[in-house]
Amino acid sequence: MRITCPICGERDIREFTYQGAAVALDRPDPEAGDEAWDHYVHLRENPAGRTRDLWYHSGGCSAWVVVTRDTVTHEVFDTELAEEAKA
Amino acid sequence: MRIPGKGLIDETQVSFRFDGHAYEGRAGDTLASALLANDVRLMARSFKYHRPRGPLTAGSEEPNALVTVGEGARRDPNVRATVQEVYDGLVARSQNAFPSTSFDVMAVNDLLSPFLSAGFYYKTFMWPRAFWEKLYEPVIRRAAGLGALSGEPDPDQYEKAFAFCDLLVIGAGPTGLMAALTAARGGADVILCDEDNRMGGRLLAENEEIGGMPGHVWAEEVLDELRDMENVRLMTRTTVTGAYDQGTYGALERVRHHRPRGPLPKSCFWRIVAKRAVLAAGALERPVAFRNNDRPGVMTAGATRAYLNRWGVAAGKSVVVFGNTDDTHRTARDLIAAGVHVPVVVDNRHDAEPQGDYRVIAGGHVVNSSGRRGVEAVEVAHANGRRESFACESLAMSGGWNPSVHLACHMNGRPVWNDAIQAFVPKPGMIPGMTAAGAANGTFSTHGCLEDGQQAALDALSDLGRKAEADTLPPAGDAPYRIRPLWAVPGRGRAWLDFQNDVTVKDVKLAAQENFRSVEHMKRYTTQGMATDQGKNSNVAALAVLADATGRAIEETGTTTFRPPYTPVPIAAMGAGGGGIGFAPQRFTTSDAAARQSGAPMIEAGLWYRPSYFPKPGETTWRQSCDREVRMVRDAVGICDVSTLGKIDIQGPDAGAFLDFVYTNMFSTLKVGRTRYGLMLREDGHVMDDGTTARLGAHHYLMTTTTAAAGNVMKHLDFVSQALRPDLDVRFTSVTEQWAQFAVAGPKSRELLQGLLDAFTPEDWPFMACGDISVMGVKGRLFRISFSGEHAYEIAVPSRYGDSLYRELIARAETLGGGAYGMEALNVMRIEKGFITHAEIHGRTTAFDIGMERMVSDKKDCIGKTMSERPGLMDPMREQLVGLKPVGAVKQLTAGAHLYNAGEEPVRENDQGYITSNCYSPTLDTVLALGFLKNGRARHGEKIRMVDSLRGLDALCEVCDPVFLDPKGEKMRG
Amino acid sequence: MRFSGLRVLKEGLTGNKGWRPHWRDPEPKSDYDIVIIGGGGHGLSTAYYLAREHGLTNVAVLEKGYIGGGNVGRNTTIVRANYFLEGNSQFYSHSLKLWEGLEEDLNYNVMHSQRGLINLFHSDGQRDAFARRGNMMNSQGDDAILLDREGVRKELPYLDFDNPRFPVYGGLFHPRGGTARHDAVAWGYARGADQRGVDLIQNCEVTGIDIENGKVRGVQTTRGAIRAKKVGIVVAGRSGQVAAMAGMRLPIESHILQAFVTEGLKPCIHHVVSFGMGHFYMSQSDKGGLVFGGDLDFYASYAQRGNLPMKEHVMEAGMALMPMIGKAKVLRSWGGIMDMTPDGSPIIDKTGIDGLYIDCGWCYGGFKAVPGSGHCFAHLIAQDRPHAAAEKYRLDRFRTGYGLMDEEGTGPQHNLH
Repeated sequence: MRITCPICGERDIREFTYQGAAVALDRPDPEAGDEAWDHYVHLRENPAGRTRDLWYHSGGCSAWVVVTRDTVTHEVFDTELAEEAKA
Repeated sequence: MRIPGKGLIDETQVSFRFDGHAYEGRAGDTLASALLANDVRLMARSFKYHRPRGPLTAGSEEPNALVTVGEGARRDPNVRATVQEVYDGLVARSQNAFPSTSFDVMAVNDLLSPFLSAGFYYKTFMWPRAFWEKLYEPVIRRAAGLGALSGEPDPDQYEKAFAFCDLLVIGAGPTGLMAALTAARGGADVILCDEDNRMGGRLLAENEEIGGMPGHVWAEEVLDELRDMENVRLMTRTTVTGAYDQGTYGALERVRHHRPRGPLPKSCFWRIVAKRAVLAAGALERPVAFRNNDRPGVMTAGATRAYLNRWGVAAGKSVVVFGNTDDTHRTARDLIAAGVHVPVVVDNRHDAEPQGDYRVIAGGHVVNSSGRRGVEAVEVAHANGRRESFACESLAMSGGWNPSVHLACHMNGRPVWNDAIQAFVPKPGMIPGMTAAGAANGTFSTHGCLEDGQQAALDALSDLGRKAEADTLPPAGDAPYRIRPLWAVPGRGRAWLDFQNDVTVKDVKLAAQENFRSVEHMKRYTTQGMATDQGKNSNVAALAVLADATGRAIEETGTTTFRPPYTPVPIAAMGAGGGGIGFAPQRFTTSDAAARQSGAPMIEAGLWYRPSYFPKPGETTWRQSCDREVRMVRDAVGICDVSTLGKIDIQGPDAGAFLDFVYTNMFSTLKVGRTRYGLMLREDGHVMDDGTTARLGAHHYLMTTTTAAAGNVMKHLDFVSQALRPDLDVRFTSVTEQWAQFAVAGPKSRELLQGLLDAFTPEDWPFMACGDISVMGVKGRLFRISFSGEHAYEIAVPSRYGDSLYRELIARAETLGGGAYGMEALNVMRIEKGFITHAEIHGRTTAFDIGMERMVSDKKDCIGKTMSERPGLMDPMREQLVGLKPVGAVKQLTAGAHLYNAGEEPVRENDQGYITSNCYSPTLDTVLALGFLKNGRARHGEKIRMVDSLRGLDALCEVCDPVFLDPKGEKMRG
Repeated sequence: MRFSGLRVLKEGLTGNKGWRPHWRDPEPKSDYDIVIIGGGGHGLSTAYYLAREHGLTNVAVLEKGYIGGGNVGRNTTIVRANYFLEGNSQFYSHSLKLWEGLEEDLNYNVMHSQRGLINLFHSDGQRDAFARRGNMMNSQGDDAILLDREGVRKELPYLDFDNPRFPVYGGLFHPRGGTARHDAVAWGYARGADQRGVDLIQNCEVTGIDIENGKVRGVQTTRGAIRAKKVGIVVAGRSGQVAAMAGMRLPIESHILQAFVTEGLKPCIHHVVSFGMGHFYMSQSDKGGLVFGGDLDFYASYAQRGNLPMKEHVMEAGMALMPMIGKAKVLRSWGGIMDMTPDGSPIIDKTGIDGLYIDCGWCYGGFKAVPGSGHCFAHLIAQDRPHAAAEKYRLDRFRTGYGLMDEEGTGPQHNLH
């Protein structure tokens, strides 16, 4: 698999470390309640198809990248910096 | 039998040995062609029935002629004789036969075959129960398998490499050559791979003209042009083994399988990244299933022609030809032209006519073969049922061709059935960026292949944004492909589908009878297609038989899944570089050389190496050295390299706020010039790491992490900063390798530093102070922190001064009665002090468990805070960190032992906890341990039973505070 | 029909004409007491134990493809019970006891072979962690032996003991660990369930779960609606999709685990060997192929296929540990979809919906759990209360923090277990 790092360009996945669903960007308020936190830390939509997830360019520029891709075909549609996705 | 004047290989003689006999071959021969030239056709035995076998094919799909090449540690099992090139001195032997291929006692299985039908082993060997493991299975295991590994480490070298191109062309037959030429002329970077040692594909095996010249001459002209182009890389002996995501392909180059020893690696595994690819892998011919179709001498017609036209070898003096396409006649013509007798041509098509001077039985079948260890005659049934026998030494058979769709299906795509050619073809788009062309796409005429190859390259060029014009194609054969479906000849007896695994038509029918009707069930039940050829020769016929047996159409029955690799890949090739030291990087501290010079055994700490202990003359065990080093630190001064701890330099106006968010406790309030212990949680409320962080300036902190978690913490900080708190103005970088850092610990540490530092007033350095210093003119940093419980410092200098500072520190320590201490002593001292490491914060412990819940500040939010308040993480009955001391007769405590209430049975239901760390404390002259005990903090003073059944220990111990020594910290603060 | 050596002889003499289907292919009825969604190893064993242990035979197993087509047919066939955390340890111990004697129970040779499993360790810290594990195993009557370096050398002389990178310090030996023939396990349970009256419905995909007033009423399928009093979801690899039909979101992320087999070789590896530093495990099948695997590909995927980096990493680990396998040639590689949970341990529980039960989250430990999971899930469905061996496998443990079973200690990142 190859992923385009928004900073470095297209690279082999062996340069990246996978984290999980991009839900990790949306950290709830401390007082949001146990259901919200359960959704944030544990529960996953886990789609068979298009998904957004987080990759760390550990063997490159250390950017956290949000990758939009397909979990069935492994097609990569889009990548953006987590910093910008967040903004 | 070699035919004088035939073949494309030169006359150079080479000598080789097979099964102990010396033979002569020619340079350019494969082992199979050379043995056939020497009239050796019995080369192997089959897997299950140990039937005698000769080569069925002339390529990498060979299911029968598997041999072992080489001797000693270099011996290479399961090598296809049809691929192995002969060279002077080659030694090969047959396998899976005892005592020899010509007389194999295991051939008794063949007589027992009625009892060894598909799946028989699922129905028996169950009684008596103990016999499965003691008797049945060992016998089965010994009989199974093909070749044997040497049992010794593989001494050959292997490599891996990356390559990038615009267009990868897989296969260098007419399609691939045309595609490569078109793309290369259009300016694209092209890699052309072919698994053969010579490019040209079927053009080397057929009498076929292109542009008015023999096909192989045309191929050579194209190759000459390609060789001269800088944008083209030709890779022979290179099999593209798998297609992966985003245009990544795996390929195995056999670099030194065709030569005796030499400096080159045995093979190289390539990762090729291609913007576009053309699959021009050709097609594979399929055998026909009829009774005893597996005798040596029976081979595919395409192989018969390849041996004849490329290697100048006839499979026999007389050859019967059997098939269902015009290739049948092509075979007969080639044989007759070479002077081989063709007694009869059996063309299964009713309208077949002779295309030369030979007899044709139209609409007939070959129904049986006979002979000892090889074909001596075949029996033919005419269309009207009349039987007729023909003496012959070989049978050339063809059931048609299967496009090599494999790579196109490596991403779960299923090929589609094409009724006109009675075969599966790739569906476009199954591999993004790949186009199948030529025979691999079901186009079987030479002209069609050239046209397809050219078009595929033009399409690729256009995709790549390059303009290109189609050149005029050279004229080539354009005859239509006419086939009559022919899978299995009806009749009694066993007709082989999967030759190697001995799967017959009967087995497939039995599977259907027993309701293994799904093609996957049939495959798994019969082992059809699971041999080393992965069904390349047999899968389509087998599923045609299954379709027939279950009353379905072939397309409805479906195929099994095509999986990489296309042909088998040695573990050593794909695992190249992993052996010996190569499995993971090695990290060395700046004191590594000095530590090794002083005789310290080095142990692995993650990727780092650290000294275990520093043996002195007279010390014979690690414990003696360790005890001495502990006393030395406690009484004088010790030096230890602590550079492996992660060091992260954090700067920016929001650095304090950032640290407040990642640590449970406050760092924004830390004074400049001071250091604080910090605890870091994962978002689920469990402890991630701990360490000290120093405030070097208003906007400048230096964080330390544990050695083990350094990488993870860095990643975590990047995550928090980029993904959670991009609002914070903070930047940080790892400086682990930029600084060499040494602990100077013990009551005489102050004295040591006084002599060493350029200016040092101990009063300015209270406990947890930090700041800049100068060491013999070198700028460094000093931290008044302690992991030993002693008055101690850590001194840091830029790494280039690490080695000299370390030696200087040791020399000065020695004059004060101190010296170096290693990991063992460090561990003892931290246990004495109840300091935790990853033995305790092993990913399942909370701040509450280790008694640090008060460090989770209630003034602010931090990572992990909310989830750490889950009821299950605050339950008093959780296992909590305690100290343990032996109080019974047994004075041993061991890490990994479990804890039970005194007087209770040591069974799981009574489990109370476990020990994480243990040591002998020379300071306290007793064994100590840290562990986790249910509700442990409330149980100090209680007597607890420790059981280590693995080491045969059962000890009584007392629960106590985990800080065994100097609980108020007077020594380290003083 | 009872299988035996005698029957094989008799059939062999009469042309193997008498063998009958191992299971029927019935048309689905419109109504069952219990519908099990998923005809993999766990679903089939659940159906078998519902019939055998609880006398419940008005049961259908609905399988969207062919039975045994999921992970039970694409794993490295390892059977072991070497867990150390409360909850897991008793469950896998229970499961291993069911394995022992499964052939007689099913009258099907699943070739369970207790060849012994050795987990190697490469540091004192790893040794202590394995000691904790081994002591837990022993404390519940299972078997564990701590081997030092020389002890390992006696069992596995072909390892690279002097590997300068990660030398072998010793190993935790689990003599009752071993392997089984994976497909036969699915088929044996299928045949056993079928013989007891369970309907195995292949090519029948569930497309909806009917729920009225918080109670399950049945399922919609590609072969029509089927009413049921109770429904069990046991569809590892597709758990999220099926649970979503009931409006549930699960603590699961799906990942790819690759596995590999080499060409057949004469016997050279007797045990199951597991390399601690490199995440690599290998055994040799009865056919002679070296069967091995490693870690997840690490990214969420439903593709049932993996990529090169992990393939290479696994083989590099193999070369580091046992350089004698260099010339063994990999014949085939494949991938299974793993239900990865936040603590790496599974779920066998009721759902918030009356009559709807779920068995999922096996991460990559599902094969050895096939008997235990079916046995405990059947108990839960039949009796509406958990079996003692699986009572810790609660769905709500992540929310409450009670009873987390994080054997790897890697926390709630699904792919790290």
